[in-house]
Amino acid sequence: MSKQITIPFGPQHPVLPDPIHLDLVLEDETVVDAIPTIGYVHRGLEKLVEKREYTEYVFIAERICGICSFIHSQAYVQGVEQIMGLEIPERAQYLRTIWGEYSRLHSHLLWLGLFADSMGFESVFMNSWRLREHILDDLEATTGGRVIQGVCKVGGVKKDIAPEKLDEMLKGLKTLEHELAELTDVFLFDSSMKHRLKGVGKLAKEDAYYLGAVGPTARGSGIDIDMRSTGYAAFGKINFKPVVEHDGDCYARCAVRAKEMFTSIDIIEQCIKKIPDGPVDMKVTGAPDGEYFSRAEQPRGEVIHYIKGNGKKNLVRHRVRTPTFTNIPPLVTLLKGVELADVPVVVLTIDPCIGCAER
Amino acid sequence: MMEPQVIAPISVGEVVQKAQQAKKDGCRLVLISCTKIGDDFEIIYTYEKDLKMTNFRITVKQDTEIPSISSVYFGSFVYENEIHDLYGLPVKGINIDFKGTFYKTAVKHPFSVTITKEKKEGDA
Repeated sequence: MSKQITIPFGPQHPVLPDPIHLDLVLEDETVVDAIPTIGYVHRGLEKLVEKREYTEYVFIAERICGICSFIHSQAYVQGVEQIMGLEIPERAQYLRTIWGEYSRLHSHLLWLGLFADSMGFESVFMNSWRLREHILDDLEATTGGRVIQGVCKVGGVKKDIAPEKLDEMLKGLKTLEHELAELTDVFLFDSSMKHRLKGVGKLAKEDAYYLGAVGPTARGSGIDIDMRSTGYAAFGKINFKPVVEHDGDCYARCAVRAKEMFTSIDIIEQCIKKIPDGPVDMKVTGAPDGEYFSRAEQPRGEVIHYIKGNGKKNLVRHRVRTPTFTNIPPLVTLLKGVELADVPVVVLTIDPCIGCAER
Repeated sequence: MMEPQVIAPISVGEVVQKAQQAKKDGCRLVLISCTKIGDDFEIIYTYEKDLKMTNFRITVKQDTEIPSISSVYFGSFVYENEIHDLYGLPVKGINIDFKGTFYKTAVKHPFSVTITKEKKEGDA
């Protein structure tokens, strides 16, 4: 057996926008163990339910993350609405679905750019972020915000989208789909990409399942887990099939995200064609009295907002289980056997969002 | 409306056994969540199979030793270290025990105290 040495990876590293630390135990150049440490920027946002009323707290829930902000607010209000027994207007459900999928598109394009950049594939980086701008422009035009949308509220949404704008979005998505196909083809069929990603960082299906992997990390290992299948918001009224790959390696996780962007476009198109007329919100009185696990599918996987109220304006507990938090144990496992030089790439294939995990 | 959710109360002694049963039944561990209720703490263990959740709740005091389920579900160490660091509850037998350094908080066990303050008229 070779002598073991431990190399620190992070918390500051060129491929990490947020701080996470890994103690990598190596034998020669091969990782034999990895010990994770987070908590460098833990904010304790959940504690703020004690100081903010449940209606105001939507703003805090949305600020858990700067990438998947909208779906955080959606999952939170969805949980409160379940406890209060509110059936929000159908148009609001469709609007939430549309904005949620726009969020997924901009998050996956952000990841694609960062991932390509980490491997020196600058043209993919520039083009994915160029396409992302169109998504952010539509989010800004329809909600007023590019990163924090602020449109979800208990009882519906705060803004509607005019029919003309929906038509315009439909046309824009057609153009995007064409450009995205070119971009993802270049990314997925490039020989260097395949060489770096195929067979690297493998996560077996059973390991992924029992270690708690979610989102593209789980689906890349052949597990068909996608909270959109539960039919929340308008997902129960549209045709949708999760993207699943079976190889469990870095390439499979990348392929899931790349293909999911087309699924998102398809979902938005279906929503725009089916969205009914009507109000987008309803009057809400009282306060939640009960508890509920609200689940939604973030770009990185299943997010859970556990909400417990006692009939007063302040909730008793709001607990958020983010996808990155539960993807840490699978990350530790899939790093074993990886070459040191591949660690940054492997880490980025779970698309870690430490901002979310450090809510 | 979504499916109704049930949280079954269990004793501290049943925690590991329920985890073993859940794994035997082919469930994944979804989350472990802690809530402070008065002087007590509620810990909920959530498992899932085919999108159907199974929840168990234990209610413990601050000094009650909670058994780790990391021997059954390796990934539970993130939740158990979190419960220890934020609430100060002792969890015994965690496979990767950070011994209070998982979260670097300015205040020790910040979630072990409740400071709920309801708004009064005139408050910002």
